Amino acid sequence: MRSAGVPPAVEAAGLVKRYGERIAVDNLDLTVPAHQVTAVLGPNGAGKTTTIEACEGYRRMDAGRLRVLGLDPVADGRRLRSRIGVMLQEGGVYPGARAGEMLRHVASLYAHPLDVAALGERLGLGSCGRTPYRRLSGGQRQRLALAMAVVGRPELVFLDEPTAGLDPQARQATWELVRELRNDGVTVVLSTHLMDEAEELADRVAILDGGRVIADGSPAELCRGGGADVLRFAGRPGLDLASLRAALPADAEVTEPTPGNYRITGDVGPRLLATVTAWCAQHGVLADRITTRRHTLEDVFLELTGRELRA
Amino acid sequence: MTAATGRYSPAPGAAPLPRMILAQTALEARMLLRHGEQLLLTMIIPALLLALFSSVDLIDTGPGERVDFLAPGVLALAVLSTAFTGQAIATGYERRYGVLKRLGVSPLPRWALLVGKTGAVLVTLVFQTLLLVVVALALGWSPRGNPLAVAGLMLLGTAALSGLGLLMAGTLRAEATLAAANLVFVLLLFFGGVIVPLTEYPDGVRSVLELLPVPALADGLREVLREGGWPAASDVAVLAGWSVAGLGLAARFFRWE
Repeated sequence: MRSAGVPPAVEAAGLVKRYGERIAVDNLDLTVPAHQVTAVLGPNGAGKTTTIEACEGYRRMDAGRLRVLGLDPVADGRRLRSRIGVMLQEGGVYPGARAGEMLRHVASLYAHPLDVAALGERLGLGSCGRTPYRRLSGGQRQRLALAMAVVGRPELVFLDEPTAGLDPQARQATWELVRELRNDGVTVVLSTHLMDEAEELADRVAILDGGRVIADGSPAELCRGGGADVLRFAGRPGLDLASLRAALPADAEVTEPTPGNYRITGDVGPRLLATVTAWCAQHGVLADRITTRRHTLEDVFLELTGRELRA
Repeated sequence: MTAATGRYSPAPGAAPLPRMILAQTALEARMLLRHGEQLLLTMIIPALLLALFSSVDLIDTGPGERVDFLAPGVLALAVLSTAFTGQAIATGYERRYGVLKRLGVSPLPRWALLVGKTGAVLVTLVFQTLLLVVVALALGWSPRGNPLAVAGLMLLGTAALSGLGLLMAGTLRAEATLAAANLVFVLLLFFGGVIVPLTEYPDGVRSVLELLPVPALADGLREVLREGGWPAASDVAVLAGWSVAGLGLAARFFRWE
């Protein structure tokens, strides 16, 4: 999906937003590449919502330069709004409106909307088209909000915690839709508290903390950047560490923290595991209790922010 | 790089403005007319008041047929119920539930949203007026005067009361708007020259009440429909003053979130 020469969907440089004494966004730089899924992660109060709402034209920053699809979200708001889709975390629907009625209404505000019935079916809303909004379940409301965000066939969609409170089946359906959007050339900005969601969907992840972007890259890049992956196994004590290390890739380290317990750090993948077991076979070692622990986005997040994501 | 033929391939663009405004007006009107409490307030209460006080001699409405006094008053009450009370409550909850915020990122311009709301109020008022005219005629009402003067007065009253309703909805919490809008409705029902002539009150009270939009509207409508004349300049001035103040303040202080 990566395409050279396409301008980024969002370019932010030096954004600052103060609410009284409190600095919500502190000299934030962020680039969202076009035609990709970018996940914005951060603990509560990191500046996620303020930044995304600025991109949507809801608030004006105190300083910095912000361009969304090449436009100033406030000054060119009218032109921008027909090109973006927004999913709010909650609400956004007339309390007395029926689900299908609201979706049809939003569709009628766009020049080339998606087929409302097909989209409703796709998101499992087919059966509740005539149900008033206030009687929809939380999951149905989420999916209606998602449908409202994409029905106008936007170039760029902002999804705020799109699967919060969904059952696993509905979550899969939502993830599938996000992948289809990306494959069809839509840029997606996703704010989420769910690590597996970011790992599953995102081409890029931006981690925010204290109003800044503190890490930014593909999930694989971010995981490599942090602490290393670990492979452990048990065998007879006093194996020849120098020989084992020589068989491994250059960046791998091997130690014997306690007699008979071995710990290898490095880029733990199928190849490394195969190398270790091959070496063991050559040396007549029965490797016991082999475990691998890959560094996850959750570990990276914890190391960088010192906080659990799911507060 | 992208599948140009994909189901979700971007094809952005706003619908033509007239289509957006029409869709918004239709939706807003359905929301106003669907609501049970709303219908009670806009249709049933005014019609019942008209029928009750016309047929039973509970209040001294001055010389002439009671219905000739009551019908213009109840028409003013209808404007109050829809343009002010109904619109304020609906808009207050729309703001609270993020409807205004969500529509704020759609291609619909804010002014077009307000045009849609005004359109819905006018559609509702047409239904109310038809219903009340039929009830009044059945009760022996003999309206006089120029229908265009009646329409003009009701439009001016709608502007004044819409401005005040939106000002309230856009600045107070939804629950506060709900309570205050209903309270104002009840107070003006009794003190707005709707079913009780203002001449029943002491001069001091009366001269204050005459500066409010509903008494001015009721008095103006009576001047046309009962006397066959033209509304007093003072009534028109009161309504125009409230229109400018209400709409101006609403434009200045309305908060969308």
